[in-house]
Amino acid sequence: MSKVIKIKKGKDISLVGAAAKNTAPKTLSSSFAIKPTDFKNLVPKMVVKAGEEVKAGDVLFQDKANPAVKFTSPVSGEVAEVVRGERRAIQEVRILADSEIKYKSFSAPSTMTAESIKEILLESGLWAYVVQRPFGTIADPSATPKAIHVSCFDSAPLGVDYNHSLSGDADAFAKGLEALNSLTAGEVHVNVNAKSDNAAMFAQAKGVQVNSFSGSHPAGLVGVQIHHVDPINKGDVVWTLSPQHVVFIGRLLSTGTLDLTQKVAIAGSDVKTPQYVETIVGVNVEAITNENVSNNNARYISGNVLTGSNIGSTGYLGFFDHLVSIIPEGDEYEFMGWLFPSYPRPTISNSLPISKFLKKNFVANTNPHGEERAFVMTGEYEKVLPMDVMPVQLLKSILAQDLEAMENLGIYEVIEEDLALCEFVCTSKIEVQQILSGGLDLMAEEG
Amino acid sequence: MKFLRNTLDKIKPNFEKGGKLHFLHSTFDAIETFMFVPNHTTKRGAHIRDGIDLKRTMFTVVIALVPALLFGMWNVGELHYAAQNIDSTLIQNLLYGAMKVVPIIAVSYLTGLGIEFAFCQVNGHPVNEGFLVSGMLIPLIVPADIPLWMVIVATAFAVIIGKEVFGGTGMNILNPALTARVFLYIAYPVEMAGDIWVSGIKEGIVDASSGATYLGDLGVGKVVNVDVYNAFMGFMPGSIGETSTLMCLIGAVILIASGIGSWRIMLATVIGALGMGLILNAVGGNPYYDLPAYQHLIIGGFAFGAVFMATDPVSAAHTQRGKWIYGILIGVLTVLIRVFNPAYPEGIMFAILFMNVMAPLVDNYVVKANIKRRLNRVKA
Repeated sequence: MSKVIKIKKGKDISLVGAAAKNTAPKTLSSSFAIKPTDFKNLVPKMVVKAGEEVKAGDVLFQDKANPAVKFTSPVSGEVAEVVRGERRAIQEVRILADSEIKYKSFSAPSTMTAESIKEILLESGLWAYVVQRPFGTIADPSATPKAIHVSCFDSAPLGVDYNHSLSGDADAFAKGLEALNSLTAGEVHVNVNAKSDNAAMFAQAKGVQVNSFSGSHPAGLVGVQIHHVDPINKGDVVWTLSPQHVVFIGRLLSTGTLDLTQKVAIAGSDVKTPQYVETIVGVNVEAITNENVSNNNARYISGNVLTGSNIGSTGYLGFFDHLVSIIPEGDEYEFMGWLFPSYPRPTISNSLPISKFLKKNFVANTNPHGEERAFVMTGEYEKVLPMDVMPVQLLKSILAQDLEAMENLGIYEVIEEDLALCEFVCTSKIEVQQILSGGLDLMAEEG
Repeated sequence: MKFLRNTLDKIKPNFEKGGKLHFLHSTFDAIETFMFVPNHTTKRGAHIRDGIDLKRTMFTVVIALVPALLFGMWNVGELHYAAQNIDSTLIQNLLYGAMKVVPIIAVSYLTGLGIEFAFCQVNGHPVNEGFLVSGMLIPLIVPADIPLWMVIVATAFAVIIGKEVFGGTGMNILNPALTARVFLYIAYPVEMAGDIWVSGIKEGIVDASSGATYLGDLGVGKVVNVDVYNAFMGFMPGSIGETSTLMCLIGAVILIASGIGSWRIMLATVIGALGMGLILNAVGGNPYYDLPAYQHLIIGGFAFGAVFMATDPVSAAHTQRGKWIYGILIGVLTVLIRVFNPAYPEGIMFAILFMNVMAPLVDNYVVKANIKRRLNRVKA
């Protein structure tokens, strides 16, 4: 750990209800689901039918475009239902879990080569955790990335502390990193927070390059970290994983079973006891939030409040998420609220001095505090995007569908989450992530 | 509050699709959202959003204009009475000023908002808050004795030709308030030049010679001894809100502290004007060349323009680096126009409008530099 990379722009949004560092005993639920909608641009092809029995690790569906990429069951049990939405697109594959999980056994390769690791990751379904930049899609197994980045701290609001959630998984993490090393010709980067006491498993990880970052959110976003360590140019491919998913890989390689047990943070101002819960990927949130929510009119977000998805009180934890944020809905009128805000709210604007300079955690709700307007204020997005990317110009090039300009302005370097803070701060309430998503899709299609 | 909300809820269906008054939908929406922040929640993307919105942003600018407005009103009265050698009290001055200024403000808002609402209605858009500021800026940059019909014509021109034809708020190339001002200047040159700056000259109550401005005198080659204190405080003839550098500074503090006005542009404009002024001082030759550089900042509308006009985020440069270039060039051009083109004594108006037009070009070069850095990375 030589040089600390200082991230000078950004904003930490402190919210009430960060998860305390203790873990409730393992919560078993009878209902789990894997959601094809968690993956960008995935068209799934079902392999199992409703009613079939599966073991943890059995394939549920495949990527239609690339059948080698498989999606497997996190638990054993019966495929209860395939939920379809508009135009019969598959939304969820639900599994009714056994009380005792039966695992499919995989044979771990004796030597770690790129081929053998790819094979077992594809077979076990863990490949779906390997995210590719540009575009933030599932990695193409035939590619060789120039680097693999693992961000080991979460700077987002109410973000999880991997030092806590992965304590006890040090060996699996090391094993996972070893496997990742075989997948790239370049370096595996482990990115840590310079400001906190990092567990030895991160700070002294072997065989990798440890980079340390200081600064506010989005310092913990892997896109920002890549930009500062070794930016993505046209034609480059970089893979990213969350440390939790590295642990899954390590466990698979050492035990030969797909053990997707993880600690999930239940956080937010509407949670009675914000804490970690031990559970399994794809769990029904009702089981892990049961009786721990103090508000009937709350929004259940799988992931953080900037980028997560609204899953409702009975939805399922997203494939990539280790956090459930529960915050109040803001569906109330506020008399002259634009002039006299009736309660403090997070902001970067000095024009709300009480909120801005109050050193406290906020109870934030889902009211956008204003209506969508034409783009007027300049210089706001730049304050929270610590990259040499011009966000406004990039978004305009997307709206104009100008592929060349999008490429020139750095669309390969960003995915939606990187610009989520721009969306948060926008005076005109413009849906930045939605626009960027459209641009990424267009670029992936045409480029 | 409850009663108000209930009333609104009761009449709301009339304005919705299929309702009798649907054609007034934008108007109702503007009034409703003015009184109540809607009960919408985020549907996509970030679930929580910043507390700031465009209403608050625009309102903050209006607040920042209040010192200049109040001082302007007082000054209109003070100059009027002083020119007749009448001793007047603060209240008298304010009253006389209010009598002159309030109708102009009312007319400017009525005309501008009327047109804005009509355009939004026809296009089915929500009403943008941009005119809240323009409607206050226009009265502050006209002489107190301006006929109200001229305010109407100029405001209508600014809103329609300066803004709506480009697509409304956020799309305009020129600053709408300055568009109104330049329209007056070019369409009614007789009424907008000469000795018009003290209220009452036209009616013959006040002696014309009392209305001379520094810019006017300098323009015709007179040697001028600027009374620095009076010029800074604003005790001199001029447009209603522009004379007091002090009040503009208070406005600047509000804008910068609230983060709504760009300090980069303000500072850059001052640097540009000072720099150009110093160069001309070094050359020397006539009274205008020799005017101490800092005095350019306190006479005429420089301070008002730099603080409130150049910083309009829509018509200014959009990139951070572009803002520096944009501001410096406004400062330089202001002094150049003042000194080299005495036919147009007020340089800052043309300087800002010219740079409004040039801002996209400035941005273009800043963006190109960013692209170049990205491409160079590949080569390295």
